[in-house]
Amino acid sequence: MTSTLIWIVVALVAIGLYLSWTAGRLDRLHSRIDAARAALDAQLLRRASVAQELATSGVLDPAASIVLYEAAHAARQAEEDNREVAESDLSQALRAVFGEAQQVEAVQAVPGGEAAARELAQAVRRVPMARRFHNDAVRAARALRRHRKVRWFRLAGHAPFPLAFEMDDEAPVALADRPGT
Amino acid sequence: MKIGIVCPYSWDVPGGVQFHIRDLADHLIGLGHDVSVLAPADDDTPLPPYVVSAGRAVPVPYNGSVARLNFGFLSAARVRRWLHDGTFDVIHIHEPASPSLGLLACWAAQGPIVATFHTSNPRSRAMIAAYPILQPALEKISARIAVSEYARRTLVEHLGGDAVVIPNGVDVDFFAKAEPRVEWQGGTVGFIGRIDEPRKGLPVLMKALPQILAERPGTRLLVAGRGDEEEAVETLPEELRSRVEFLGMVSDEDKARLLRSVDLYVAPNTGGESFGIILVEAMSAGAPVLAADLDAFAQVLDQGAAGELFANEDADALAASAVRLLGDAERRAELRVRGSAHVRRFDWSTVGADILSVYETVTDGAAAVAADESDEPGGLLARFGLARD
Repeated sequence: MTSTLIWIVVALVAIGLYLSWTAGRLDRLHSRIDAARAALDAQLLRRASVAQELATSGVLDPAASIVLYEAAHAARQAEEDNREVAESDLSQALRAVFGEAQQVEAVQAVPGGEAAARELAQAVRRVPMARRFHNDAVRAARALRRHRKVRWFRLAGHAPFPLAFEMDDEAPVALADRPGT
Repeated sequence: MKIGIVCPYSWDVPGGVQFHIRDLADHLIGLGHDVSVLAPADDDTPLPPYVVSAGRAVPVPYNGSVARLNFGFLSAARVRRWLHDGTFDVIHIHEPASPSLGLLACWAAQGPIVATFHTSNPRSRAMIAAYPILQPALEKISARIAVSEYARRTLVEHLGGDAVVIPNGVDVDFFAKAEPRVEWQGGTVGFIGRIDEPRKGLPVLMKALPQILAERPGTRLLVAGRGDEEEAVETLPEELRSRVEFLGMVSDEDKARLLRSVDLYVAPNTGGESFGIILVEAMSAGAPVLAADLDAFAQVLDQGAAGELFANEDADALAASAVRLLGDAERRAELRVRGSAHVRRFDWSTVGADILSVYETVTDGAAAVAADESDEPGGLLARFGLARD
């Protein structure tokens, strides 16, 4: 009788430890998503800022300036709901403006343009990276949250179900001279 | 930036991953970063100042061959101490899915972790069995890097998730500025790789050689690499054996000079390659490249634009292409120019900047690396609010 009781207690403690460990795992995944999201925000903001700077610098022709300014401004001001669309529009605008190597060379030729072009190239390279890391974290968290033990014992608490950030982040050809991403 | 790099394979044994880590560490130190590499090594091997030994690796059969791996209590303790003493901003683990230091470090660390997946092994049974154990460790990784599109695809299929592709780096100028050697010039074909490893493809080349010599009798084959030379030429008719020269293991300098000297570099590898650094080195040295059409090779050669491809394991196709290229100086010159231009993207200046971008992306808005205490008894107590401090 007592031995049965002891076994039941041992089993319950073991299950409790396992659930606690799983909750810890999930917590770590959620903080990884938060960090990845912060990094993605920072990169998107950096890209929009450099684009806006270039648009207002007078280096580009007026039409290109307006297109780029419009897109960069919209991306910075976008509400959470249509952020993905606004950022995709900015990617498209950047591809339209910096589709040819001559445009990049023209920017590099003016004083300070070298640094601006480098910053922009870095930004369009890092946005897809940050987005990929973010979505990778989201996928891992989703896989764990769909598991029975997490759903039955509500281990995720009140944390919102993580969503991937989907956007068109293809870099302009003239700024990306590398294979793959 | 304080960067900790974890090397899974023995520092004493030369290998692609080890060279990659050595060059990466040199490059990052050159840029003024603070780098520490944790690697398995015998206690009496001389190590560069930035390498910390994680103890001796134990040879065990794994994945079809004998691998030298680190595991067990002592190694885990050393990993923990290294993480604790290092106070790194980011750690970069290589091959985190192999049962060695990489996995241990993944298990023991928390904070920004970057991981590079080098191999693209077909999914093994052990991997499937270990999946539930691997997953909690691998999901700590904040950023994954695959060395090629091919490696990325296998990674996505086997483990899910995604990775960015950053190729392995090469010091292009080291190869481009090497001095050719006269005795290795004039109708020479080069091969570098283990002689006794069939996957490196020397048998395919040996099978094609009689046909190449029949068309172009002046051709010489220069073979650099470890292995039994007698056995390698066994399939070759007696009178042709003199056309093959074995150079044995060559130094980095001689490798560069060899690649600068040859008229054609042949890579007949039959499989098991996820990148093909040797092709990049050959192109850096300006050698026209003829390679098997493995996925990884096709990607490095820009789908055949920067070097020629032949049907894998097809000795006749290899011979035909080699004969055509050896007789066409114009085409070879064209390949030299294209290869040299293409290879710039694999230079450390580009690759290193990309890797640093990854480090900076994951450290944005994240705390520094620390030893993970949550699996310790103290951590559990803390979770229940029972810790003393």
